[in-house]
Amino acid sequence: VTSFIQLLVSGLATGAIYALVAVGFTLIWQTSQTINFAQGEFVMLPAFFILVAMHVLELPFWAACLVGIVLSIAILGVLFKQIIVDPMLRHGVLPLVISTIALSLFLKESAKNFYSSQAQPFPALIEAHDISFLGVVVSAQSLVVLAVALGTVAALHGLLHHTRLGRSMQAAAQNPTVARILGIPVERMILLTFVINAVLVALASILISPIYLAKFTNGDTLGLAAFVAAIVGGFNQVRGAILGGFILGVLDNLSAAYVSAQYRGAFPLLLLITVILVRPQGLLGRVEERTL
Amino acid sequence: MGAILAAALAAPGMAGAQTTVYIPDVVELSGAGAVSGTNWRDGIILAIEEVNAKGGILGRKIETPHLDTQSDAGISRAQIQKVLDNDPYVVLGPVFSGSVLVDMVLTQQAEVAEVVAGEAAAITQRNNPYVFRTSFGQQYSMPKIANYVRDGLKAKTVAVLWVNNDFGKGGRDSFLAEAKARGIKAVADIPTESGQVDFSADVIKLKAANADVIFVYTNEEESARFLREAQKQGIKAPLIGETTLLSQKVIELAGPAANGVRGHVGLSADAPVPALQQFAEKFKKRFGYVNDHNGIKGYTAIYAIKYVTEKIGKFERKLFAQTLHGLTIMPQQEPGILMEASWDQNGDIDRASFLGEVVNGQQKIVEVLPKLGK
Repeated sequence: VTSFIQLLVSGLATGAIYALVAVGFTLIWQTSQTINFAQGEFVMLPAFFILVAMHVLELPFWAACLVGIVLSIAILGVLFKQIIVDPMLRHGVLPLVISTIALSLFLKESAKNFYSSQAQPFPALIEAHDISFLGVVVSAQSLVVLAVALGTVAALHGLLHHTRLGRSMQAAAQNPTVARILGIPVERMILLTFVINAVLVALASILISPIYLAKFTNGDTLGLAAFVAAIVGGFNQVRGAILGGFILGVLDNLSAAYVSAQYRGAFPLLLLITVILVRPQGLLGRVEERTL
Repeated sequence: MGAILAAALAAPGMAGAQTTVYIPDVVELSGAGAVSGTNWRDGIILAIEEVNAKGGILGRKIETPHLDTQSDAGISRAQIQKVLDNDPYVVLGPVFSGSVLVDMVLTQQAEVAEVVAGEAAAITQRNNPYVFRTSFGQQYSMPKIANYVRDGLKAKTVAVLWVNNDFGKGGRDSFLAEAKARGIKAVADIPTESGQVDFSADVIKLKAANADVIFVYTNEEESARFLREAQKQGIKAPLIGETTLLSQKVIELAGPAANGVRGHVGLSADAPVPALQQFAEKFKKRFGYVNDHNGIKGYTAIYAIKYVTEKIGKFERKLFAQTLHGLTIMPQQEPGILMEASWDQNGDIDRASFLGEVVNGQQKIVEVLPKLGK
């Protein structure tokens, strides 16, 4: 039982990070029909922004994190939308998808060439130690990762469902034409979702890099996991992406421990196939509906 | 006609016929083996700069392009084929045993010696007279670790975590056989994937196994990720490794999580051998980072080639391979070899090695083990 709970907590912590990235997928799909295949690289890159801020600008870790988040907003949010999404989207979804695939390769190779092909150490938010609770020992770092990710998701949920700004974003996603008639600045709302996505990937990067180490290939694993999580949960629902992330993290850990470590990568894909066959819109998704 | 002549002159082997000798290096410069490959390459660069500054080998400067295998055996084979087309004197690399096992067939067919950094036992068990190691094969290092586990740590049970590639599988098989022969029971046998990033499930399984010691045999980056996770999950059993687990790059990546790791070290810049320490200083001054064992392997590979070639007095590929079999090179004869080294008829190397421990982020050598042949 102890091992199971430890696996569960560890899986939830990893799943929470997947959820952050998957939510980003969902947000920008909902508002701009952009499937961002560079999303994994978007998680990989902020870690290098932070490392540069620490080692070149010699900033402390917390300040470097702020720099990393700001750079992510500017480059992975605003510039991404204005330089790639806006010009390509008018030519249809497929050219944009191909553009994001090209962008993912560009970002990966750039990180390799300008920083290093080798993994880099990345500081953890807290020092490693155990926490005992009712006889079960769990990692404090896992709990912190879980808490930060859950807090972020809760804040996002609050923004989308309990503020005027969030409702405007919902309206812009559901029906841009009517939203414009109602005086909602649709373009600004769409830009805001790209900015939110940039913040989410930067936070995911800060949480995952101490575990994975900062490396140019990190996006391969994360991008695929988050994409699968978003589809499993429902690509058109933020809460679906969150659920998908948690399911994937827990499934990965439990299958590696109790079934087969070698085939651990296959289980999420089996789940994906099952969901597509049984409930194509995803566990919490809705057919043909666009909402945040 | 002019174009054919120009193309012929452009070929490295031909162009260097009078003034250079073509010794290409096929190595992991990206992918999972990048840490090892970069160290190996930089060790080679350092040695070549020194040798060329002193006039080269028999008056010829060494010409060594470094071709990236991307840590992929298929790409490695293609790169080897490419360099063999240019008539090399000797081929260097790669580091990954899986790639070596694929490549060495081609170099054997071409009758070109291949000086490799791979450690899988199988490399020198295939009657290939053209393959030579620069570090211990697993069949030599694992008995030393098993002895340490039994005699040094007094362990009765062991859990093994290994990377599921040719390197890891060979090491796991050798270690388990040696442990069994010494009455040490394996209570967990956990394979992991090359490039794996999440070790949480593996660490929890290791904790549940409750072994006296845990033997970890993975590549550098995976070792560091494992150590971080092991620290995170509070593993208390001693963590034992073979060279890689105690390497400088793993210590750098794992940070405090590497403290307390122990094991056998084939080559180390921290060993109480002045030549190794002087090499480490030169390496750091040249490249700005602390080398690991692969840097030493690359450096000594060049000096072994230089010594053998000067001994035979000509660039004769088959004679080079024949001469290196059964040869011992002493530091007095060739200072660049750093430590006395011998090659047997299979291409395996024998030299002194070390037992080490990571203390306060530094590798500390606690015992020097003599050559097996002594």
